[in-house]
Amino acid sequence: MSAGPDTEPDRAVAPPPVFLERQSYRRRRLSDAARLLPILGAGLFAVPLLWPSEPEEAGAVSMSSAIVYIFCIWALLILASAGFGLAARAHGGSDAQGPERD
Amino acid sequence: MATLNVLILVCLGYVVLLFGVAFAADRLAATGRSTWLRSPLVYTLSLSIYCTAWTFYGAVGYAARSGLEFVTIYLGPTLVMIGWWWGLRKLVRVGRSQRVTSIADLISSRYGKSNTLAICVTILAVLGVTPYIALQLQSITLSFSIFAEADPSGIYNEGASVFWVAAGLAVFAILFGTRNLDANERHHGVVTAVAIEAVVKLLALLAVGIFVVWGIAGGIGPTMARIDASEIGTWGVDRGRWAAITFLSAAAFVCLPRMFQVMVVENDDERHLRAAAWAFPLYLLLMSLFVVPIAVVGLDLMPEGTNPDLFVLTIPLAQGQEGLAMLSFLGGFSSATSMVIVAAMALSTMVSNHIVMPIWLSSQGGGVSVSGDVRDIVLFSRRVSIAVIMALGYFYYRLSGGGAALASIGLIAFAGIAQILPALVGGLFWRGATRIGALAGLTVGFALWVYTLLLPGMGGSFLSEAVMTHGPLGFGWLRPQALFGIDGIDPMVHSVMWSLSLNTAAFCIGSLASFPSPLERLQGAQFVNVFDHSAGPRGWTGSVAQSEDLMIMSQRILGAREAQEFFHAEAERQGGRGYLPEPTPTFLERLERELSGSVGAATAHAMIGQIVGGSSVSVEDLLAVADESAQLLEYSGQLEEKSSELSRTARKLREANEKLTQISLQKDAFLSQVSHELRTPMTSIRAFSEILRDTEGLQPEEQTRYAAIIHDEALRLTRLLDDLLDLSVLENGQVNLNMGDGSLREVLDRAISAALTGSDRPLRVRRHRGSERIPLHTDLDRLGQVFINLIANAQKYCDAAEPSLTISVHDVGGQVVVDFIDNGSGIPADAQSMIFEKFARVGSDKAGGAGLGLAICREIMQRLGGEVSYLAGQEGGAFRVSLPLAYKQAAQ
Repeated sequence: MSAGPDTEPDRAVAPPPVFLERQSYRRRRLSDAARLLPILGAGLFAVPLLWPSEPEEAGAVSMSSAIVYIFCIWALLILASAGFGLAARAHGGSDAQGPERD
Repeated sequence: MATLNVLILVCLGYVVLLFGVAFAADRLAATGRSTWLRSPLVYTLSLSIYCTAWTFYGAVGYAARSGLEFVTIYLGPTLVMIGWWWGLRKLVRVGRSQRVTSIADLISSRYGKSNTLAICVTILAVLGVTPYIALQLQSITLSFSIFAEADPSGIYNEGASVFWVAAGLAVFAILFGTRNLDANERHHGVVTAVAIEAVVKLLALLAVGIFVVWGIAGGIGPTMARIDASEIGTWGVDRGRWAAITFLSAAAFVCLPRMFQVMVVENDDERHLRAAAWAFPLYLLLMSLFVVPIAVVGLDLMPEGTNPDLFVLTIPLAQGQEGLAMLSFLGGFSSATSMVIVAAMALSTMVSNHIVMPIWLSSQGGGVSVSGDVRDIVLFSRRVSIAVIMALGYFYYRLSGGGAALASIGLIAFAGIAQILPALVGGLFWRGATRIGALAGLTVGFALWVYTLLLPGMGGSFLSEAVMTHGPLGFGWLRPQALFGIDGIDPMVHSVMWSLSLNTAAFCIGSLASFPSPLERLQGAQFVNVFDHSAGPRGWTGSVAQSEDLMIMSQRILGAREAQEFFHAEAERQGGRGYLPEPTPTFLERLERELSGSVGAATAHAMIGQIVGGSSVSVEDLLAVADESAQLLEYSGQLEEKSSELSRTARKLREANEKLTQISLQKDAFLSQVSHELRTPMTSIRAFSEILRDTEGLQPEEQTRYAAIIHDEALRLTRLLDDLLDLSVLENGQVNLNMGDGSLREVLDRAISAALTGSDRPLRVRRHRGSERIPLHTDLDRLGQVFINLIANAQKYCDAAEPSLTISVHDVGGQVVVDFIDNGSGIPADAQSMIFEKFARVGSDKAGGAGLGLAICREIMQRLGGEVSYLAGQEGGAFRVSLPLAYKQAAQ
């Protein structure tokens, strides 16, 4: 009889844990990474700005390597994005709410 | 060789297929069995209207001229999609929660449902998109002409084909874009057709690419070698353009009306964004994968002077791959048609919601509910808008004559549309952004775009050579392509830099300097914090009578059945049974959103405002109401005070009235008693005086006796009148107390001697003279009068054989009391309460008193601050006179 009312408030009053569970922590860092992805992508796509822009200049980059670079970065970004999407889905329904509040 | 007729047949067949698909999808959606229509795949594919014919054909030409620069057009959207978490997610959420119908609607809704802003954005969009539509018409016509050249037997008329293409597209857009005024403004039929076209154009480009790489160049390795050996074999992209166009395409991807339409308005589920975040970049990658190989192979194979824009079509034709060429043609045709249809739909929504409807509404005056069918008018205005937009595109094409000037219009349109970006991003992320700021930014950006990019791009007919080289009126620093004297930048980069930076600056300054209206502030909070709360601003109150008007109006916009269902559902939600819900703020808000899905936020707001009227339209009014209610509270406080005061007064009045009634009763009783008292002596005086007058031969003794009786009765009358006068004086409080100092003993001495002189009945008075030495400060004569009265009473009424009166003075509870106790039988208990009343007499009238003595005594003692009362429980009649306390204290 007395145990019920005594334990209930204790549980309610107890402060929330300082650290998230390992899984939610992972999920939040994952969404952080997903958010950083476009910045990384913009940086990588800006790399060609460092290449010599005149074809006559020394060390001019050949078109084929430029294509390979651009499309590899592109594919990488797509894969990363798809990976984050799948990972977020794998974390289940709570994901729909969780990261939004983050 | 494929003849033109076959081509036209294939084309028509393809269009019929699209019609069928769109029709079937609409039917499916209507029956609710369209789960796959709402899949992320369809959503992603519908986004592909970003890739127009300009990118389908033009990308190859672009690559042939400037190498890899073409890819920036795709990199911007890729970054936006990958970074969906930052912006698109919010944009889509806002669009869904606010039931936004277009980008103009979004901007207008964010900045306090301002229609001015919506009109500005609409005009900007029409100006930016019309040339773009012309570009699509051009690409279709060009691809036709390629086949026409290859088919010398055909009779080909370029002008006529453009016209028919434009007309056909208009019909398609009208048929599927304006079939109904969906509350959600979603067009499943069109979206599905667009998705199929997306697949067709991707397949076409991939097929041509695979044919070129493996069929002509002989594999990846040789293709790469061929690329490096070609004239675009080294990296040679202008750095400024690389960054600027990437940014521009990202901005345009969000701001283009058609992109907004498919991305936000047609979005069924926010989670589709997550899938599209990687799927759409993948689509873009596949679309651009073979562009450079096709360009390089085309440059190698095709004769000098061939238009590189049409390599996708001409290479298969030159290689004898007619089927492939046909597929490629269908790809280009798909790109052009899907873009034109969606763009025309989006633009027509904007034009009809923000320009036609407000004009129509104001021309109707206050009568939304009494005049014609709004639903038909909205649909009609959209259809007309689509036709007008297509006509504009057609005439633009005819007037510009096609060619290279038109080819460059794509990027120019991007730059124009991107001017919306600061207002959009600011509106989504900055609560301080205001309508004035947005207007300022849009105006500055638009003006600069026109001056630095649009007019110079149109050639010499608009800006003379002198202005271009020396600036207007000779102001060198105002040269359109070298503002502020900064020269040597690519005109595109120059324009984007200046227009967007000054646009943003004007937007920020305008926002910081102005003060938003309450509605703006509410909407700002709604937009910026859309994830915290998704409720709309409250702005409506109405009376039941207006429900019917609202119903009439809604039927015209939503359709009779839909409106009735909506109202019925609302009524049930409110707990009622009928078809007319109470126009609660919640209901009005929901209705406004429902309507805004059909006619736009600003128009819906205005329409409900017209019906609900002045009761409460804007937040300003609400604030005013709040002020008023504060005043009302104060006022009602005052009222309450007054009413309690009134009720107090009423209570007093009631009391006074009761008292008056009582007094009036007393007065009546008093008067009857007085008249009775007066009549008795008067009767005997009259009787005896008549005897004296009329009786002959009266004995002198008898005469004397009768005269004595008359005299006695006259004396008694006089005494009675004296007493009455005395009593009335005392009762009215008009008595003047003659205050003086003396001792109790003296007063008693005088009273006893006065009372007993001339009395024939002996009365023995016992006193204790020692205790009577009490000094007094009072009206000694009046106090004496009381004592005389009491002593005379004892003398008159004491029925003992040897009457005696004991006067004792003592202290009771700190108060001096004087007791007058006789040895008679006293006063019966039932009469004790009566004796101090006027005319109260105990027993018979033997002493001939008027019964006023004790009443006068009581009045006198009250005036003096003391009391006289009957002392029950003694041997005989006993009266106690309590002397006022103050006298005793003064004495000490």
